[in-house]
Amino acid sequence: MLTAEKNWYPEGVKRCSLSQFLVWLGCISLFVLFGLLAALVILFNGIGVTGLDNYYGFGLWITFDLAVIALGAGAFFTGLLRYIIKIDDLKNIINLSVIKGFCCYSGAMLILTLDIGQPLRAWFGYWHPNVHSMLTEVIFCITCYLTVLIIEYIPLIFEQKQLNKIPFLHHMAHNLHLVMPLFAGLGAFLSTFHQGSLGGMYGVMFARPFAFREGFFIWPWTFFLFVLSAIASGPCMTVLICGFMEKITGRKFTTYRIKSLMAKIGGAMLVIYLLFKLLDTWFWATDTLPRMGFTFDQMYHGLAYGKWLIFSELGLCGVLPAILLMVPAFRMKPSLMYTGCILNALGVVINRYVFTVQTLAIPVLPFDKWTVYYPNWAEWLTSLMIVAYAFIVFSLSYRYLPIFPQEVPLNRGK
Amino acid sequence: MSAVKEFTIRWGMVIDIDKCTGCGACMVACQTENNIAPQPEASNKLRSLNWMLIYELNNKKSYPDHDMAYLPRPCQQCGNPPCVSVCPVIATDKNEEGGIVSQIYPRCIGCRYCVAACPYHVRYFGWFDPVFPEGMTKVLTPHTSVRPRGVVEKCTFCHHRWNYAKEKAIFDGKNPKDLPEDAYIPACVEGCPSGAMTFGDLNNPKHKVYELSRSKNAFRLLEKLHTQTQVYYMSRREWVRKQGDNYLANDKVIGGANHAHG
Repeated sequence: MLTAEKNWYPEGVKRCSLSQFLVWLGCISLFVLFGLLAALVILFNGIGVTGLDNYYGFGLWITFDLAVIALGAGAFFTGLLRYIIKIDDLKNIINLSVIKGFCCYSGAMLILTLDIGQPLRAWFGYWHPNVHSMLTEVIFCITCYLTVLIIEYIPLIFEQKQLNKIPFLHHMAHNLHLVMPLFAGLGAFLSTFHQGSLGGMYGVMFARPFAFREGFFIWPWTFFLFVLSAIASGPCMTVLICGFMEKITGRKFTTYRIKSLMAKIGGAMLVIYLLFKLLDTWFWATDTLPRMGFTFDQMYHGLAYGKWLIFSELGLCGVLPAILLMVPAFRMKPSLMYTGCILNALGVVINRYVFTVQTLAIPVLPFDKWTVYYPNWAEWLTSLMIVAYAFIVFSLSYRYLPIFPQEVPLNRGK
Repeated sequence: MSAVKEFTIRWGMVIDIDKCTGCGACMVACQTENNIAPQPEASNKLRSLNWMLIYELNNKKSYPDHDMAYLPRPCQQCGNPPCVSVCPVIATDKNEEGGIVSQIYPRCIGCRYCVAACPYHVRYFGWFDPVFPEGMTKVLTPHTSVRPRGVVEKCTFCHHRWNYAKEKAIFDGKNPKDLPEDAYIPACVEGCPSGAMTFGDLNNPKHKVYELSRSKNAFRLLEKLHTQTQVYYMSRREWVRKQGDNYLANDKVIGGANHAHG
């Protein structure tokens, strides 16, 4: 049985023993199990078991969704660069990007299903769509884009050594690869719009001063800022996953040059994003807020919702990683490049957190009070379940699928 | 931001804060009329269902200058509702004569985007299954639906009472679109013992609310956000009117009849 399992590995690679792999999967599956139990409790008793309340209709789940979708943007953006703009070097990391995108989007959809109060009515978004709601666009784009990601993932699975021996699957994988530029383009279109509509969702809330933004026709600035921040952080997240996988497996998957290229792309996007984000923040603080009867200071409160959030987001996790990723001397040092990537990814998480939670925390009624939101076990366990699910998909893909074209030459002699 | 829709009839409320004693009768009337189940943990105000809620206001001064007021808060029935355009499934709409923001419970998917969009906190999510104590089901209002958990619910100005009034007018051979002053009033207004609440058609000069909403002491909550609410408040006290909106130190306009009748 053990010998047969080895026949499923990609050609010429080395993998740990099956028992070691099963222990690894078993540990991760514990998180999935706890998450599933929490999900059952939620579905059985309703989302009253979570930490959400009348003030915080949106909490950890939406933050998690927005963050993983932004970080999953590496898939569509890398696909765009690889297949449309023809940066050929990215073929060495595109497969990882696709798997990451698939995990992020499918995970977000699972969480969304838990998050709505009536999961059995989830399909109403297609049946009774409100064309004015940005959330409708999110619902349509996210499902269409997940379909594209599945189509992009399928040829990878069919290229598995044993499956590829089946002529039908072999030809199908080959033909799907041929039409991949079409799906890369479609994916880039869908994903751009839905990253934007996620941002637009908040920017159009004209009675919520923290989120509301002026805009361009029907699109608030948050629409464009969410797209930019996603394509800034997505490639960096791919680099981080690649680096993390190399660390725990002790093998090299791509050259440092490729990772550095991805980090540079992320850094360049971050610079463009920061330019617009800083302009947007300045206009919001000096024009939008006073018109709504608020000051910048009123938007921040205590430790939980203090100004440290904006300074962390734009300074520590904005300007600093932009420098680390754009200056070649810094980017050439692995520790600084990875630090830049981590900060970049963290910045987008803070951004999504404040837009979802801080927006609701601020008392808009003058006689209302600040309340603080704490996610509870039900939200944490289900969110961790999605992370564990992604770990399982990555582990299985790494072990059995030929996702890294450079793995064999880079590890020769190991 | 969508345009304000025009309606021939625009149901609205004027609440005189100087008359309100904060007794809570409007809250109780609302709970009873609209079949809101008693909460299993009523002390948890962050999970309660209160379509009508009373806020306590004070002028933030110490004795002897301390002053306070009570502000009842139903759904403000915005002319330009922040909740309607965001709903992905058109479970909520403002598309009917009368200008009342509706909520279709069987269509709501419980995404709570409307809860996030509403600055007045008038939209309530059903966190738990409604459980009515034994015997209470006999006194539920038959024309008000009982909502399952997992949907968003809200005040509709006791819309079912308007339906009664229209049917009665048709039966009596009168015009259902020109109802007299007291033919249709929500339960909270009926239950108010101090006469602080007045209800009627804001577009009809024969209704009291028409004049009251135009008085110099009238104001609307968060007028700067351009939600164009159909609930007006009144107070002779300037600090109360100021607290109705977020007035900055350099703001000159303080309530009064300077608002547009949207």
